[in-house]
Amino acid sequence: MFKITSKERLAPGTVRIGLSAPQIAKKACPGQFVVVIVDPKGERIPLTLADWHKEKGIIFLIIQEAGFSSRRLAACNIGDAVEHVLGPLGQPTKIENLGRLVCVGGGVGIAEVFPVARAFKAAGNQVIGIIGARTRELLILENELKQVCDELQVATDDGSFGRKGFVTDILKDQLAINHQPSTINLVYAIGPPAMMRAISELTLPYKIKTIVSLNPIMLDATGMCGACRCLIEGKIKFACVEGPDFDAHQVDFDDLQNRLNQFKGQEQRIIDFPKQIR
Amino acid sequence: MRQKVRQQAAAERRKNFNQVSLGLSDEQARAEAKRCLQCKEAKCIAGCPVGIDIPAFIALIVQGKRKEALAKIKEKNNLPAVCGRVCPQEDQCEKTCILNKKDAPINIGALERYAADYELNRPASEHRALSTKYRGKVAVVGSGPAGLTAAADLAKIGYQVLLFESLHIAGGVLSYGIPEFRLPKAIVKTELDYIRHLGVDIQVDVLIGCTFSLDDLFNQGAQAIFLAVGAGLPQFLGIPGENLGRVYSANEFLTRINLMKAYFFPEYATPLDIAGKVAVIGGGNVAFDCARCALRLGKDTELIYRRTEKEMPARGEEIENAKAEGIKFRLLTQPIKILSDEKGSAFALECIKMELAEPDSSGRRRPIAVKGSNFKLGVDTIIIAVGQSPNPLISRHTPGLVDNPDGTIRVDEHLMTSRRGVFAGGDIITGADTVISAMGAGKRAAMEIDQYIKGSPGN
Repeated sequence: MFKITSKERLAPGTVRIGLSAPQIAKKACPGQFVVVIVDPKGERIPLTLADWHKEKGIIFLIIQEAGFSSRRLAACNIGDAVEHVLGPLGQPTKIENLGRLVCVGGGVGIAEVFPVARAFKAAGNQVIGIIGARTRELLILENELKQVCDELQVATDDGSFGRKGFVTDILKDQLAINHQPSTINLVYAIGPPAMMRAISELTLPYKIKTIVSLNPIMLDATGMCGACRCLIEGKIKFACVEGPDFDAHQVDFDDLQNRLNQFKGQEQRIIDFPKQIR
Repeated sequence: MRQKVRQQAAAERRKNFNQVSLGLSDEQARAEAKRCLQCKEAKCIAGCPVGIDIPAFIALIVQGKRKEALAKIKEKNNLPAVCGRVCPQEDQCEKTCILNKKDAPINIGALERYAADYELNRPASEHRALSTKYRGKVAVVGSGPAGLTAAADLAKIGYQVLLFESLHIAGGVLSYGIPEFRLPKAIVKTELDYIRHLGVDIQVDVLIGCTFSLDDLFNQGAQAIFLAVGAGLPQFLGIPGENLGRVYSANEFLTRINLMKAYFFPEYATPLDIAGKVAVIGGGNVAFDCARCALRLGKDTELIYRRTEKEMPARGEEIENAKAEGIKFRLLTQPIKILSDEKGSAFALECIKMELAEPDSSGRRRPIAVKGSNFKLGVDTIIIAVGQSPNPLISRHTPGLVDNPDGTIRVDEHLMTSRRGVFAGGDIITGADTVISAMGAGKRAAMEIDQYIKGSPGN
């Protein structure tokens, strides 16, 4: 059992929980994730490591109350325990000194961008952060990211904060300003598949190396079932052990989106299922 | 006459996940045991990968000493209730039984199960007082048949054993792979409890290579490590459409059902999308497990195999059971493309007919495509059960561990890997094989590890 040590609401529909998991905290690296099973009849859900405290033995997860199991986890309180946590999983993001780079986070994807941006900054890079949300009140981690980015730009779909539009609009301008030759040596992006695809299409003509962190459905998350298989350069790769970071220009985003839609029908059934039975 | 084991009727069992085989009654077990000729030089023992003294335990059943019979089996086999159910006895102990020459061999599997089931509803009889003075400390990675066997044997000879499992339930393939109707999970739990009673500390939710490195285990005092991580990497066909919705690897399909209890969805939260007609591709035991699960979920299920029934690697008993339950076979057929519906899920399977040519390296006749014989099958759920490769995770995360080109871990004649004190055995060094051969490997590894630790400086 893994105890919940803290819980804060970051935005409507988004909470951050701290979990006591000393060994995972000790090994955690940016870009990695854990698998959580909330209760004995629960499913295995992959969640990005949003932060960790090695000395205190705590990991932090940021949960969007979107699906059945994420809502269930978000409903837990300080002192409650979740059944199982496995990790840290996946290949860590490759952190190196590249000079100047851009980190883009959309929606709850901002949760993972934070430790990645922090690590890039610590490695001596000049980090430009771009984050976005639908509207101001849904934007998370703005202050945290300001601390680790040399420059942070914000977009909201409705223009309630920062620039009106998408993170891609900001990135487009950045690429235009900085090109010929481009002084941006890497774009790292995490967010909804549509956002990652748009970013990939933006950077391709500039030939800027672009890494995206993929979020397919997972089951065991240890390379055993292939539920998370993605098409990378037309070949099957398991995101749980070979990813979740991949070269954006090699990702088949249609395939990713299609596989993410797989259990939509079942999701509604479990949400409608009477509570007292579970 | 060889006793016929009682079974749940096919028409009934195809609708539930309860055990198919009901085992021998007391009278049947006694009668079957009496058939044993008690050979002086028993050939059956040589046929058993873990070397059970088969005539001895059978003699105890004749005397009505079921508990003692079980103790006799457990001298060599730590998982008798499992082996009595899933071992291919027809290729092992029963194959070498002298009665094959007369009529039919002793039903050793059923007798083993009969003895083992004595303990099912009783607390483990053999409580081992935890020693305060161990011979040493060993870490075992993976709690499938190889890991469990090695851990139990090492505990029995006096080692402190830590057994790590990455999933949330121990047992490896016994828990996630083999379905309830062949191996009830309550039985796996009883066997695991026995292993715990021997003093083995089973830790779930630990992925070695990620949660702890091998160096961490050595730093925590392990003198040797046994890698029994199995062949869990699913193979795909490499045909168009394999990433569509409702296309599963056998591992994913079986894990959702057996480990996650998706057939109780939404009471259990793990979903399974299984619609319309189901096609299972493959002819091994795993393919049959998948097909029989799909059938039990109420689906019209057919098994597609590129050779004929004769070449199927599955056990004869399972093939017969599946037929009786109503699984249809489509033989000499090779899938070449999966077609999509408008929602991005499987909708049809394009296949080509095959014919058999001369034998290949496996000794089986090689299937070749019949030109122009393409046809489409309307199927909505496709399960790919064409084999598993060794788990690549541990070697990826462990510098200095040498792989073979086929993904197996390289070991020397003492099962030691390229890293000193790190041993490997079971499917991770042989590729996918049976439960019992993995157990045999676990047994040997325990012995090799004991020898190694005894020979190390400071001992």
